Amino acid sequence: MGNYVKLIALGCVALFAAIGANWGRDTAYIVHAIIILGVSGFMFVRVLRSMESKPGPTPTGYMDDVVRAGVIATSFWGVVGMLVGVVIAFQLAFPGLNFEVLQPYGNFGRLRPLHTSAVIFAFGGNALIMSSFYIVQRTSGARLWGGNLSWFVFWGYNLFIVLAATGYLLGATQSKEYAEPEWYIDLWLTIVWVAFLLVFLGTLFKRTEKHIYVANWFLLAFIVTVAMLHLVNNISIPVSIWGSKSVQVFSGVQDAMVQWWYGHNAVGFFLTAGFLGMMYYFVPKQAGRPVFSYKLSIIHFWALIFLYIWAGPHHLHYTALPDWASTLGMVFSIILWMPSWGGMINGLMTLQGAWDKLRTDPILRMMVISLAFYGMSTFEGPMMSIRAVNSLSHYTDWTIGHVHSGALGWNGMITFAALYFLTPKLWGRAQMHSISAISWHFWLATIGIILYAASMWVTGIMEGLMWREVDANGFLVNSFADTVSAKFPMYVVRALGGVLYLTGALIMSWNIFMTIRGGAKVAAPVGVPAE
Amino acid sequence: MSSNDKKDIDDVTGTDTTGHSWDGIKELNNPLPRWWLWTFYITIIWGVAYSIAYPAWPLVSAATSGLLGYSTRAEVAQDIALFEDANAEISAQLASADLSTLGENEELARFATSAGGAVFRNNCSQCHGSGAAGAKGYPNLLDDDWLWGGDFENIEYTIRHGIRNEEDWDARYSEMTAFDEILSNEEIDAVVQHVRAISGQEHDAGLAEAGTEVFLNNCAACHGDNGMGNRDLGAPNLTDAIWLYGGSVATLEETVRYARFGVMPPWGERLTDAEIKAVTAYVHQLGGGE
Repeated sequence: MGNYVKLIALGCVALFAAIGANWGRDTAYIVHAIIILGVSGFMFVRVLRSMESKPGPTPTGYMDDVVRAGVIATSFWGVVGMLVGVVIAFQLAFPGLNFEVLQPYGNFGRLRPLHTSAVIFAFGGNALIMSSFYIVQRTSGARLWGGNLSWFVFWGYNLFIVLAATGYLLGATQSKEYAEPEWYIDLWLTIVWVAFLLVFLGTLFKRTEKHIYVANWFLLAFIVTVAMLHLVNNISIPVSIWGSKSVQVFSGVQDAMVQWWYGHNAVGFFLTAGFLGMMYYFVPKQAGRPVFSYKLSIIHFWALIFLYIWAGPHHLHYTALPDWASTLGMVFSIILWMPSWGGMINGLMTLQGAWDKLRTDPILRMMVISLAFYGMSTFEGPMMSIRAVNSLSHYTDWTIGHVHSGALGWNGMITFAALYFLTPKLWGRAQMHSISAISWHFWLATIGIILYAASMWVTGIMEGLMWREVDANGFLVNSFADTVSAKFPMYVVRALGGVLYLTGALIMSWNIFMTIRGGAKVAAPVGVPAE
Repeated sequence: MSSNDKKDIDDVTGTDTTGHSWDGIKELNNPLPRWWLWTFYITIIWGVAYSIAYPAWPLVSAATSGLLGYSTRAEVAQDIALFEDANAEISAQLASADLSTLGENEELARFATSAGGAVFRNNCSQCHGSGAAGAKGYPNLLDDDWLWGGDFENIEYTIRHGIRNEEDWDARYSEMTAFDEILSNEEIDAVVQHVRAISGQEHDAGLAEAGTEVFLNNCAACHGDNGMGNRDLGAPNLTDAIWLYGGSVATLEETVRYARFGVMPPWGERLTDAEIKAVTAYVHQLGGGE
């Protein structure tokens, strides 16, 4: 019965996509219709062929295949996203790299959202989905709920990424930062995300542990809030059902406010709460130590969740946004400082009694540097939200430096550590293929981040000061082009930092590949058994 | 916390745990770090105080305006007013000044140059470059070669009305003929070599000789018999080896065949009189003012 419903649904989707491929008003829409036609056609045949076969025995134990796929997807998208990042960093330093023959596809303007979405949503998103599936099973002592629904989440999410990425290159964007995908891609992501929530909640409901572990609070907060942010910020009306273009419902400063409410909480709930969930599982596991303080985890969790959602207006200081909203954004950002640091304290202090392992364990070292960068950027953020500081830092490269010290330092490093933790366990190996390669990765990434962040701090503060420099009579001293040319050396340093970071990620991918391919299987400890 | 009867103590630190264990992860029963808690309280107290002092809380029809009466717009307006008040007198003096005698008033000249520099960097540098050295198609303002005249009056006119634009009826206007379909290929080659010759560049003497007649018949009306140009028409001097688009054979051929039509917008409506005077003085003193 279920299969018939699937067949009808897939058939309808394929038919609609075929019509869309014919009637599409723009290239992006037509290409997407063809992709969807191919995927739904493939699934139709797959379902059809499985109708005859008898259902096998109900699988038991942890559902790790989907996590394994997630490990591979995370490292793949990581390399892709960082590579595009390096390309656009060089394009900024040497504009000639916007080659004539690649126009308009290889233009900085189209590659930039490709980079941000690839690293945040493809690399970060796959890391989050993959580790939530792993963590919620292990800490609940239960197999993932919903049968193959978790596979739907994995493939559906990656289809979303392919549609978003090809859309950017072909020029389909709703021009909202970090929410660029057009309406039908947003609708698809909504379906996938609801399935993700169901899998996660279903697994929590059938847990065999009495209490819900702290990592799962953070992961649940991440899933629920991202759903809310995504729905509100993407309210738009398609110009035609056969075209990719849509029109936003909000306009003017309301649109800006909704966008930065979304944008800031994408940082808060995607890149902070979600990754804190990862941190709360992988750090104690790798250190072999208990979490430092249960009380601190409760208090900082609720404080973080309550405060983060109000901090968005600090992205709109000195704009058409009324002063009162800007003040509130700043005040909430500063009060957020300690709740953010709660996670860092809990993570770092968990190493109490295990600090000596830092000398021998490069994975733990990555986790510590990740927490250090987390602490640094969650101090820097509130500081930059202060109106007076923001009047210097806003629109400068300081913001780019701030984002990357968080993204490369905190999100990147904790994800690498999680991948190194998971790969041997998931594929039944004693350890990673090469421990010294992990050390190399650690140092390349760390030096890369330092080059990146330091050059952007210098160039950001420099350009902020140059923009506001006036002579004794109050006349501006510099032209905009003067500030651009003054930034050149720092742009080169930044790009080199990116090259180092990318090199580290390539070494990691090689290491993961070698671990999966070679070596004797060992019975790896996989935690308490699922029932 | 936990209602478990038996206490579970962590051996390394001697601290209680909460008694739970998830996949082997336990939690210590440590209290909140004092410094963390107090810093948190202080930021909350500061936040409340700040939101009383500054505009913050939205009410029914308006938001609280804050005890300090602060507003970002007022702050910017105040900054601007500060300088405008300080400059009011000298600005008025500049707006009515005769630029040709500007040099006699050292203070006014210095003010005009620094004000004009700011106007230039904000409005002109996009095409003429932040150092005014120009680019292909955009004249270099540092040299003494002028297309439409380089004295105060002419520079001011050009800035006010622009060149070949459609917004200002008084814009300077002229149009070079595209000779692609008028001259034969041989004639074009010859006249290009002629221009190479009069600009003192390497050339084919025979062709250049043949090109002289082509030049006199087709180009001299605007550029003059010896190619010295004509400022009334904005026709460039072709003998000084200063090129707006380039002096190579290929570029010259392109210019002859398809002509050029450089446009400059009028600034009379966008800048104040004092600003136009200032930027005129600034451009004039860059090196080539007449």
